[in-house]
Amino acid sequence: MATLNSDSRPIIGRGPSLGARFFFLALISVGIMVLDHRQGALDSLRQWLLSGVYPVFRVVDVPFNAWDWVGSSFADRSRLREENGKLAGELRVANLRLQRLESLTEENRLLRDLRTASAGIADRSLIAEILRVDLDPFRHRVLINKGANVSVYKGQAVLAADGVFGQVERAGLGAAEVILITDSEHATPVQVNRNGLRTIAVGTGEIGKLTLPFLTVDSDVKVGDLLITSGLGGIYPAGYPVAEITKVERDAAETFAIVEAKPLARLDRDREVLLIWSEPVPSLDSPPAAPAGKAAAAAPTPKPTP
Amino acid sequence: MMHESRGGFGRLVATALVALILTIVPLPGAISWLRPDWLLLVVIYWSLATPRIAGLLFAWVCGMVIDVVSGTVLGEHAFAFLLIGFLTHRLQLRMRIFPIWQQAFVVLLMLLIYQFLIFWIDGMTGQAVMTWRRWVPGIVGAAIWPLVASVMDTANRRFAR
Repeated sequence: MATLNSDSRPIIGRGPSLGARFFFLALISVGIMVLDHRQGALDSLRQWLLSGVYPVFRVVDVPFNAWDWVGSSFADRSRLREENGKLAGELRVANLRLQRLESLTEENRLLRDLRTASAGIADRSLIAEILRVDLDPFRHRVLINKGANVSVYKGQAVLAADGVFGQVERAGLGAAEVILITDSEHATPVQVNRNGLRTIAVGTGEIGKLTLPFLTVDSDVKVGDLLITSGLGGIYPAGYPVAEITKVERDAAETFAIVEAKPLARLDRDREVLLIWSEPVPSLDSPPAAPAGKAAAAAPTPKPTP
Repeated sequence: MMHESRGGFGRLVATALVALILTIVPLPGAISWLRPDWLLLVVIYWSLATPRIAGLLFAWVCGMVIDVVSGTVLGEHAFAFLLIGFLTHRLQLRMRIFPIWQQAFVVLLMLLIYQFLIFWIDGMTGQAVMTWRRWVPGIVGAAIWPLVASVMDTANRRFAR
């Protein structure tokens, strides 16, 4: 229980009363909250504060990194050999695909030129590492070790090896906060790869589950369909895989079907992600940001900063 | 006297740092929502033990750090911490003589008020997290309060001189 020692300062004459101090600090808090929420005027302050806390994040991350390092340096030979074989196999397949992809990219570019519409193909990318710290158990956010000093910006798309990962919510100096596509405040403009049907995939707050609330009962989706980014909204460039439909429930009495999807990126396991800088989308024919109310309100404002 | 109060402040910062690390150290996803609000427990403890060193400003700054770390609206946790700090200061003289279980009960009420305040401000800024799980950290926090208080007491006495 609390002890009575170590408190020998005079009782009388220590400034304003408790109530007054409370009132004063409460006013400041409310003021800051309003400023931060309404105008976002405190972004740079937050950037500095985040950089200030960064050493603590590092301290937490270091033991895990060290453990990884120990684990990998004592990995036995047969496992390495096996892994090497697997990687070589994967590389062969990837190279084959790449050869085809190059011709397709070229063809795609020509077609796009014909349409004079560029959906912004990624042209620069950077690998960032996810720091192993928990930010908030009810929100799907992670911290990466690249920040504004390498021109990471708010609203930048973040990809993982298997699919879309999320977008930058806040860029500090040496670190940035990334909001995952499964966060309940995040919405991803997607289209069904099979037929080009466009819709919005909204996060559920559960890792491994997205919902597609704006698909009507008679829309053409089925379990197993691949969802790719549609390029609308200006944050994610078009054509990156997002998720796979896992559940379609149609109730004739309802307007909307219940559709769920599973993200392809291993959101809770990936350690490295890819930051991409896409070409600025020409404003001429880029449609207004993600339609449906929630999406437009929820997804941080799409600002295709060059 | 000066020396002692400065030493006291050092202890505050050190324990707050430990609490912050406990707050962000990764836990397996299945139990991450059980994590108590470590930093708030530390603030309550110091507000009880050395109220004249751990003033409202200390509580407020700790809340601000949580705001930065968890990416919520700046000032949200700061305000909630401030309120809990204020309540603790007001009840301090009574709480110090409570038996430990009764103290834990008051701490439970405080943690729930804290969660409610956060829930409320989240709702106002349009980011409400609607799940019963968000009340669990408060209960866990109150349950481990006796442990936290005794560990901190021991540390406090050992480093006091």
